[in-house]
Parts: sequence; C-alpha cells; structure tokens
Amino acid sequence: MNQRKKIGETKDVSFILNQIVNLTNGHLRFMEVCGTHTVSIFRSGVRSVLPKEIELISGPGCPVCVTPVGEIDRAIALARLPNVTLVTFGDLMRVSGTSSSLNQERAMGRDIRIITSPLDPLEIAMSEPQKKVIFFAVGFETTAGAIAAAVKEAKRRGIKNLYILSSQRLIPPAIKALISLNNIKIDGFILPGHVSVIIGKTPYSFIAHEFSIMGVITGFEALDILEGIYMLMRQKTEGRSEIEIQYTRAVKDEGNRLAQEVIEEVFEPFNATWRGLGMIPQSGLMLREEFREMDAAFAFDIPYEEKADPPGCLCGEILQGIKKPPDCPLFNTRCTPEDPVGPCMVSSEGSCAAFHKYEDFE
Amino acid sequence: MCLGVPGKVVSIKEDIAEVDFGGIRREVSLLICPDVMEEDYVLVHVGFAIQRLEKGEALETLALFEEIERDYSESAEEDR
Ligand code: SF4
Repeated sequence: MNQRKKIGETKDVSFILNQIVNLTNGHLRFMEVCGTHTVSIFRSGVRSVLPKEIELISGPGCPVCVTPVGEIDRAIALARLPNVTLVTFGDLMRVSGTSSSLNQERAMGRDIRIITSPLDPLEIAMSEPQKKVIFFAVGFETTAGAIAAAVKEAKRRGIKNLYILSSQRLIPPAIKALISLNNIKIDGFILPGHVSVIIGKTPYSFIAHEFSIMGVITGFEALDILEGIYMLMRQKTEGRSEIEIQYTRAVKDEGNRLAQEVIEEVFEPFNATWRGLGMIPQSGLMLREEFREMDAAFAFDIPYEEKADPPGCLCGEILQGIKKPPDCPLFNTRCTPEDPVGPCMVSSEGSCAAFHKYEDFE
Repeated sequence: MCLGVPGKVVSIKEDIAEVDFGGIRREVSLLICPDVMEEDYVLVHVGFAIQRLEKGEALETLALFEEIERDYSESAEEDR
C-alpha cells in the first residue's frame, strides 16, 4: 500500500516548483473544481511540496456529490414501479436518499443495474422489450456529449421502452454561483480538463471578464497541476486575469464542437438544484421537447421534490470550499467509506473519501 | 466521474472503434469524435471517444493514467 509515485520522484518537478516559489508573495487560494483533480492532488502529494502560502481547496467537482437527495429519492420511486429496470453509473448506487439507497433497493429485489456506457441502456431496452428501462443519467459536460449521442441513437433505432431521468449538471454556472455566493475569496481556478475537452475555453471567460479572477484549464498529472498553478502565479505576478489552457494535449480552444452541437440538439438548460449550493440558474440539462416521450420526468409523473440533506453532514459547506472534511464531526467516526453518511464520502472522487484515503500523506 | 483514458485505435467499423488501452482492447463509440483513423490516439470517457490526441502527448499521459486506473480499481476492491 501507499507505493504511489510521490511528486519528489519526478523529473522537471523541481524546476517548476522553483518557479512557483520565486513567484510566491503572500497568501493565495486556488480552487480545483474537478473531483479527478482532487484525487490527483491528494495521491501525488502536491500540497506538501507547495509553499505554505498557496492554499488549494476543493470545489463541487463530482457529479455524484452534487446530486441532491430529492433526485435520489425520485430514482428510487421510479425503480419501485412495476416492470421497470433502472440503470445508472456505479458510483450512484451507495448514495443515500431520504430513507434508502439504490443499493438497498436492489438488495430488496428491484431491478437496478450498473452500466458503464450510455449505450448500454439501449442494448438492455432492445433485448428486453417488455421492460421499461430508465437511465438515471448524471454527469457534467464531459459525459453529456456521450449521453446526448446515446439519446439520439435510441431515437434513430426507434427504441420505445427507454426513458432518461436526467440529473446532469453544468460547470460554468456552478462556478458563477460559487463566486457570487462570495463565502470564500478565491484567487484562481484550476479548471477541469475533461469538461473542457468538450466545452473549450470560451464558457469560462466570464470568470476573468466579470470577476477579474484567473483560471487555467489543467491536466491531471502531478506535473500538469504544478504547471497549472505556475501559470496562475504568473498571471498574478503580471497582473493579468485570463483563462489559459495548460492541458493543450487534449483541450482545444473551441472544445469538441460536434459534442457541443449534439448536447444542444438533445438537451436544454434549466434551473437545477445542487447539493450544498441550492438552486443555480440554467445549470441543469433536461431533454428538449422533441425528445419528451423519452423523459422519465414526464412519462412517469413522479415530480422532483426538495429534500433535506442527511443530518450532521457538512457536504454542502465542503462542496463550497468553506469547510474541510476533518471539520465534520462525523468524519471517520460515523461516516467512513464502508458506511458513508454523505455523498462526499461515497464517491471515490469526493473530498471526504479522498481525505480519508490519503490523509496520511498530509 | 470525468475520468478520461487515452488509448490507441486498432480498427474502425462504422462508428465503432476497437481501442487498445495498454493491452486491453475495448469497443469505443465514435459518435461524437468521428474524425479518427487507425493508429490515432483518442481520449475515452464512458465508452465514447471524446477527443483525438497528438501521438507523443498521448503516450506521455498513458503511463500516468494506467497508474490512476490501478488506483481506482484498488479503491473499488476496497469498496467491496
Ligand atoms: S464526513 Fe461524511 S457526513 Fe461528514 S461531510 Fe463528509 S460525507 Fe458528510
């Protein structure tokens, strides 16, 4: 265990680190918005080598963590209907709703299955035409392109027994909400690499233009993250606030245009609730009118209801970067990866789970 | 959940590519990333190619992602 490559063992690191140290001049707080960054920052030990003036905080970057309790309850209610097969990504299975989880429902005999690709539900619907197959779809822009393509494909194949419960969320409106909440001062954003593969650079420009905060779209290696931080520091030193791309090997300025078009064709934004952040304008994706017959929210008449988060769980504050996992009285006591209370401990990319797994490095 | 894994396109049949991830081969949809050819490297997320990568750069990330993948499966093991 714990034989992961630590940052000091990589070449080129000392060079970038020196540059960072040279530019350090006072306290700076950078937020990483993406759960994959959170995990990478923990496992590589980036924090421990940075000057202590540079504070890295985690934001709302994991789709599982931000799925509200009411949405889990709705999926469970759908799974309890006769003749229904509910399919979803594995991480969601253990997230608690008000009184149950999809895992518990499956143990009680409901037909709930884990998929790895948005095309899997099409195959299930086609091979089991007597079932109503409901795809509980979560994800950010990274995943929305694939989900939208699968929806179009289902329509093209004339599949009639497939429904989508869309709980997808968009990153730029969440960043805007976080800045506007103004609970915490953020000097710069380490922007998510794979969300940006799809959307490119433009949707973030408001961060620089409206709020004069800098951002760097960053890859997931320790060296990428250090370089991203270095690029932020350089902007700071030169008095610039811009959106730059460090992760150029995968992210183009314009993103993946085709994926953007397919998302736009299939989905439209709506005002959606995020766990811990509340309602954020135009931050969710719902099916457009033309695809409404596939919309589980319409076909089954089980409306979304706001529900309370688990008592005592600080996920909300943690997702905003105001609190850290050890601030939660339940952390490592009543709440562990084996028996999680909140979603930040369920998802392998949640801050609480990452803290639990890697904190011996800190 | 936004993990993307680079792999090498081995063959293409209509909108499905067979992609090699360091020895393991999987079918990958090209529905939102159609302009790829055999030998190209692609970034794959939930069974879909989402971007074509430049070769040298893909190789550079490959090693790391193998490591992260191992980490993830390790934690999945622990979950069980
Ligand atoms: S430790 Fe558990 S209960 Fe506390 S904030 Fe994290 S997920 Fe919620």
